[in-house]
Amino acid sequence: MSATPNTASGTAAERSDDQDLGAAGSQLSTAPQEDAPNLPTMGVIGWARWFWRQLTSMRVALLLLLLLSLGAIPGSLIPQSGTDETKVAAFQQKHSFLGPVYDKLGLFHVYSSVWFSAIYILLFVSLIGCIVPRSWQFVGQLRGRPPGAPRRLTRLPAYTTWRTEAEPGQVREAALALLNKRRFRAHVAGDAVAAEKGYLREFGNLAFHIALVVMLVAFAWGQLFKSEGNKLIVEGDGFSNTLTQYDDFKSGTLFSQDDLDPFSFTLDDFTGTYETSGPNKGTPRRYQATVDYSIGAYGKDQKTTVKVNEPLRVGDSKVYLTAHGYAPVITVRDGKGDVVFHDAVPLLPLDSNVTSTGAIKVMDGYRDAKGQKDQLGFQAAFLPTYGGGTSVVSQFPALTNPVLNLEAYHGDLGVNAGIPQSVYQLNKTNMKGFKDSKGQQLRKNLRPGETMDLPNGAGSVTFDKGIKEWANFQVTRQPGAGWALGGAVVAIFGLAASLFIQRRRVWVRAVEGADGVTVVEMAGLGRSESAKVPQELGDLAGILYDQAPGAPAPEDASDDTPTPTPDTPDSEVVTAEGAETK
Amino acid sequence: MTLAAATDLAAATNENLANLSNTLIYSAMAVYTLAFFAYISEWIFGSRSKTGRTAAALTAKAGGGAKAPEVTAKNAGGTAVLERPKVVVRAAAGARDVPDGPGAHGGDEQGDLYGRIAISLTVLAFLIEFGGVLTRALSVRRAPWGNMYEFNITFSTVAVGVYLVLLALRKNVRWLGLFLITTVLLDLGIAVTVLYTASDQLVPALHSYWLYIHVSTAILCGAVFYLAAVSTILYLFKDSYENKLASGGKPGSFATSFLERLPSSASLDKFSYRVNAAVFPLWTFTIIAGAIWAGDAWGRYWGWDPKETWAFITWVAYACYLHARATAGWKGRKAAYLALIAFACWLFNYYGVNIFVGGMHSYAGV
Repeated sequence: MSATPNTASGTAAERSDDQDLGAAGSQLSTAPQEDAPNLPTMGVIGWARWFWRQLTSMRVALLLLLLLSLGAIPGSLIPQSGTDETKVAAFQQKHSFLGPVYDKLGLFHVYSSVWFSAIYILLFVSLIGCIVPRSWQFVGQLRGRPPGAPRRLTRLPAYTTWRTEAEPGQVREAALALLNKRRFRAHVAGDAVAAEKGYLREFGNLAFHIALVVMLVAFAWGQLFKSEGNKLIVEGDGFSNTLTQYDDFKSGTLFSQDDLDPFSFTLDDFTGTYETSGPNKGTPRRYQATVDYSIGAYGKDQKTTVKVNEPLRVGDSKVYLTAHGYAPVITVRDGKGDVVFHDAVPLLPLDSNVTSTGAIKVMDGYRDAKGQKDQLGFQAAFLPTYGGGTSVVSQFPALTNPVLNLEAYHGDLGVNAGIPQSVYQLNKTNMKGFKDSKGQQLRKNLRPGETMDLPNGAGSVTFDKGIKEWANFQVTRQPGAGWALGGAVVAIFGLAASLFIQRRRVWVRAVEGADGVTVVEMAGLGRSESAKVPQELGDLAGILYDQAPGAPAPEDASDDTPTPTPDTPDSEVVTAEGAETK
Repeated sequence: MTLAAATDLAAATNENLANLSNTLIYSAMAVYTLAFFAYISEWIFGSRSKTGRTAAALTAKAGGGAKAPEVTAKNAGGTAVLERPKVVVRAAAGARDVPDGPGAHGGDEQGDLYGRIAISLTVLAFLIEFGGVLTRALSVRRAPWGNMYEFNITFSTVAVGVYLVLLALRKNVRWLGLFLITTVLLDLGIAVTVLYTASDQLVPALHSYWLYIHVSTAILCGAVFYLAAVSTILYLFKDSYENKLASGGKPGSFATSFLERLPSSASLDKFSYRVNAAVFPLWTFTIIAGAIWAGDAWGRYWGWDPKETWAFITWVAYACYLHARATAGWKGRKAAYLALIAFACWLFNYYGVNIFVGGMHSYAGV
């Protein structure tokens, strides 16, 4: 609107307006006054004060908010190490120039980078620097009283007036009672009643901003003390919540082992159901894990189910179902027919139809046909639904036609070298493949219950009936989540209050006019231009008018029907009113 | 697994209902197209009348400035006891006192008739489209918000619904009609051509009552933000038109004919502010509901997933807009640009993130 050229007279009028409203319009909000950026006086304190004032000004807060939203963008477009480490590595490999530059700028971990932190810390300092004085001011306003009526009520956005026979004192009393009844804070100041309503707006505004600070602190607290671990469990196996049991574990900087909630559970059964027909055939429909869990060392066993959207809650920890797959049960016998290995081997799914791969490692106890110590390794590929022929991918995620393909090796698994290796991969550098009768690598498709014999009496491997499933559980603990949620709820209500509630003032002035008749003037002022302020003023005026009914116009205003004799109409009005009230 | 297969069969897609839904959506598009032509006719016939209220208000008053309010003292002489005192309303200092335009029909009777036909057709199309969304939901026995196609058809239904509700409440929103229906047709066109996905069950991650809460509020917010964005764009045009008039310029005849019929820039600005402000707390709630759901589904309530990030960016952008309106030097046009940027963020969060970025919010059929 600043573009509107105002004529000289217009601005002059506005200026006088502002002077008129000065006290009355003050403190209708605790919003800080926008002062022009003027150069500070020299000296450290001067500069500090200037800096503080700038930081807590609305303009800078707005800029910081804009910066925050701009700063959040790269994190959504560039792979982030927090969510997908492998994507970051792939990106760095692909972009030899941009990779290191991005890394330097912290673009692979935007939300914990120095510059992003700087923006939100400055923003929150600015916010706190704004909230604290405003809260004090608001407390002051609550303890004080609404400011008295301005000299010229006609200047206010909504105004009305009438003449009445009632005494000014009576009118003021009636107005005070009416405004109090309407839950205005009202008091008589001089010749007028001053009233104000809608303090919840400012309260909501402050509550909202305080809630934001609470949410930020709760989030930061959660990041510092959080822990998150993964554990793959085959049906029938158990887990107890200690650090050593996890497959992998991440934690915040201030996390300590004692923070882990003591509990344990056993996976009874995993069930997955899938769409069996139509274009989305194979799309998962339901995943569900039945577990027995107990809290503490000697807790009672309880049965429950964990689903994708329904984690198990124990203390501050939540146990999520995050992945699943198959674990064929394998039995390996040595040359003498003794069982040297019998276990369910979890395999890693590769696609949505759960084509899986993995490795079976027989580390010790095995002796070959000559009675020599040796190690066995099998490269496994598993198709829950084998399509027949040479197909190497599963056709459907459920176990309709399961086939296990095994490649047999012997030699040194390399597990004794002390170098950690994946349980799903076979390190074949020191392994030799078993050869079949044609001199080819020994490889066979097994159906449940079938056995593959190793050549030259080296033993056998059996794919047992009763394929087990495994489920991956993520155990997370994020303290402060309750505080964040509380802050969020307060923020919503505060925001709604600050946006939907109008804060407004009403003044009712009643004075005796020159001719002895009372002149009532009412005016309303809202913080923002709103149609509701005049509407409400009209309502209030209507009620008050009934209690202090209109008097005839002064003698000089001769627009009415024949001027009545001074007394009769008044008495008429009074009797009429009196009759009505009976 | 056989038991599971049986339950699947029971919850299987009802093909007939799904086909009915498709037919209804196409029918709604046809009726919307008719409504579109009726709105066009309203604008064309409306151009016959030359009201020029804005021009009159801004040129005649060029030297007047803020006039003193007419204080009409109500004297209830004699028996006129029932007459209430009249409230005199005074525009805030500095505001341009420009009357609202008469609407698309421009006071022309035939234009008005076409406008009424257009609204009737819009109501009809809305009902048909609503039926389409409902049958789609019934065909899969779940909330119809599982993929972008369903999201799009629900989105336009809600946007038109909000518009009709505002009309029913006798708010001055009739001028929105043409712009709204144009984009509704666009939205539905994209839905049936690019985004169409056969109706189907949901992946396990979407099996949660939070789907109803989180996604429905997200759609409602988008629809309402959209209405505000249309109003904001029109505000920018109308404002520069008024500025030109006020500074003695002479806008082109098309601009005059078109913009004269819209509400005043102050009214447009106020409408977009109210609508944005009204729905902002709901948007906040949408994000928080999403965070609670994420806490249940993914093990953390906030993880900077692209969709989360863009919801946050959108939220901050709207917060900027609301703050800007209360900040000296940012009111008016600058704030309006911020509102448009914020809506662009919302749009990107929907289309951009789903199609180009991905992340954990991508489910069946984009």
